[in-house]
Amino acid sequence: MTGEAPLVRFENIQKSYDGETLVVKDFNLDVAPGEFVTMLGPSGSGKTTCLMMLAGFEPATQGEIYLKGKPINKVPPYKRGIGMVFQNYALFPHMTVAENLAFPLEVRKIPKAEREERVNRALDMVQLGAFGGRRPMQLSGGQQQRVAVARSLIFDPDLVLMDEPLGALDKNLREQMQYEIKHMHEQLGLTVVYVTHDQTEALTMSNRIAVFEDGIVQQCAAPAALYERPENAFVANFIGENNRLMGKVTAIDGDKVNILSDNGDQLVASKVNVNAVGDRSTVSLRPERVFVNPDTNTVDNLFSAKVEELIYHGDHIRTRFTVCGHDDFIVKVPNSAANSLLQEGNTVPIGWKMEDCLALDA
Amino acid sequence: MTTANPSIDQANTLPLKEKLAKTTAIQRRRAFLLTLPLVLFLLISFVFPIGQMLFNSIHNNKVSAVVPDFATAIQQWDGQGLPSEATFEIFVKDLAKAKKVREVGRTVGNMATRINYEMPGSRSLFTKSARKAGKIKQGPYKEALIKIDKKWANPQVWLTLQRASHDISPSFYVAAMDLKYNETGEVVEADELYQIYLDNFIKTLWLAALITFICVLLAYPVAYLLSVLPLRQSNLLMIMVLLPFWTSLLVRTTAWIAILQTEGVINDLLVYFGVIGDDGRIQMIYNQTGTIIAMVHILLPFMILPLYSVMKTIQPTYMRAALSMGSKPFYAYRRVYLPQTIPGLAAGTLLVFILAIGYYITPALVGGQDGLLISNLIAYHIQKSLNWSLGAALGTMLLVVVLLLYWVYNKLIGIDKLKFG
Repeated sequence: MTGEAPLVRFENIQKSYDGETLVVKDFNLDVAPGEFVTMLGPSGSGKTTCLMMLAGFEPATQGEIYLKGKPINKVPPYKRGIGMVFQNYALFPHMTVAENLAFPLEVRKIPKAEREERVNRALDMVQLGAFGGRRPMQLSGGQQQRVAVARSLIFDPDLVLMDEPLGALDKNLREQMQYEIKHMHEQLGLTVVYVTHDQTEALTMSNRIAVFEDGIVQQCAAPAALYERPENAFVANFIGENNRLMGKVTAIDGDKVNILSDNGDQLVASKVNVNAVGDRSTVSLRPERVFVNPDTNTVDNLFSAKVEELIYHGDHIRTRFTVCGHDDFIVKVPNSAANSLLQEGNTVPIGWKMEDCLALDA
Repeated sequence: MTTANPSIDQANTLPLKEKLAKTTAIQRRRAFLLTLPLVLFLLISFVFPIGQMLFNSIHNNKVSAVVPDFATAIQQWDGQGLPSEATFEIFVKDLAKAKKVREVGRTVGNMATRINYEMPGSRSLFTKSARKAGKIKQGPYKEALIKIDKKWANPQVWLTLQRASHDISPSFYVAAMDLKYNETGEVVEADELYQIYLDNFIKTLWLAALITFICVLLAYPVAYLLSVLPLRQSNLLMIMVLLPFWTSLLVRTTAWIAILQTEGVINDLLVYFGVIGDDGRIQMIYNQTGTIIAMVHILLPFMILPLYSVMKTIQPTYMRAALSMGSKPFYAYRRVYLPQTIPGLAAGTLLVFILAIGYYITPALVGGQDGLLISNLIAYHIQKSLNWSLGAALGTMLLVVVLLLYWVYNKLIGIDKLKFG
């Protein structure tokens, strides 16, 4: 994918609705052909606005959006050739499923015979071959969703936008549709820009995720990098579960940072987002990277912690400890014989490695 | 459980439907009792008068009530020449008896009016003959009666009397459809001078259609604006739409008189700006134009409200979806937006059209001569000419037209798809 010209380029995009506050502040993003890019963020973070600007429904207040190298700020939405799946599907209620699918072809004046053939192919692709004559209201949520996806793809657009397309489905169906969309993306070689506020969905489906907060992209990276190496405290917190220990930098030695926690414990962490000795820092640590009764040679940080609460999860036991002055320290303890002796109120040694523990901004 | 309680067993064998009916019976009865006052009110004030009207349009006993023996005897007559001497005798005696009756609805005058509907100019024949009938003491009654007035020798008088002796007759529908009975009792077209109802019916339908069409043109953009504007502006606009609704109908109609009359605001302005000369003032009221303008204004909210209620539920994403699929805005509007507004459009059209064909007060005030609608003619027969049966027949025809329209609508669009608000 590298080296190719980007299919979509956002260049210094700003957007304001009321002329007073910026909903999107200086947004830059390149999307390569064939890529699945997700814009992830809490509601009101500006991700949907960016999508709407790309689709052409909202003008950018400043900056330029390029599609295949051409600026498209002044191109109306119906000339952009971008497929789109809407949050509530926006299937036309007065048309049958087949008519819905035929609509983009009809607009392009494709002859009737070819239209029918392509509609049938699209229906087969989403396993709804027998449902062409039904109205959208007569389909289940998942089926409507499939029709909406098929409709956005039927005219072979260069780019498909999806605005929280799975938000209205229940959990099981949502997971199934995630895989279906992912497979379609791989098989058809689609370029997809996807918007969601669900981080699991983003992690499962994307090649790259842009994490939005307050109109700014906090980090844009592949799912693994985002999870393993978050660049700041917001991303660490927003993606997956996260323990936070607050402290002050006492020494920096290459990648290694020494931190004095607020209650006086000494920590060793990896340097990510701290600059100088004396800086405040948030130390971020995933719950599954903490060991109970660790081998003292394998861990760089070793503390004794008091067990506050045990929550049985089947394959693991969610355990809340008090450590380094924080009583909300969560550890996922594997459900093994060795760990079955944990009792509320006990004090046990816990530890973790330096590379699993990131020194971020405060 | 080996020994089952027999009564429980029996209860379990009842069909599910019966069990459900039993358990919900009290609730249903209570719900019905709640609606009872309204049901009674509607029965007394609506269903009963309409039934009465339908009945009146075919029922009229003004002959059989005044000359009862004659009404029976004349039925034997074969319609050839004149009735028999015996029938004449009965008629003269009945007439002499009827002369003394003062009870409203049973006087000779009532009968004379009834016959006069079908034979204009025959009223005095009856009143004059009734005055003199008492003096005819013996036969031959035929010659005596003809001596009082030569018209009694005209078989048409007797044919008409024979027809009118039936309490139930279609003669008022015959009159309402611009037809009449000729000399030999056949139904033929009425004289041109008297052909007013069908033309008026057609004019009423045409004006109602025109008013509905103008209402659609004016209401559609307003309803669209109402549905897309932010709440602050749309509320203000809604108040402007509803304000006339809260104003008295009479006040609004007279306001139009003030605006449109030849010495009114518009004409004054046009003259002031030199668009027309002082002698060329435009006649915009007391004619069809006035009726159309005032009725469009009055009926407009009935079109806006159902349209608005439908448009408000159409999400903007539908249009966006159509645009994203490559459709130009106008095509998207025509294929995606417009079809979704049909339920509101149909409801508004039906409402306005039905209200318009039965509208009375506005055309009566601003319609002049050529702006009168069928309801004004009905009112004329009920209030002025007192030919209630003819009024009822015209009213029934109007009702049939409305029901027919409703039926066609149901076929075309489906009444369950209409959305009134």
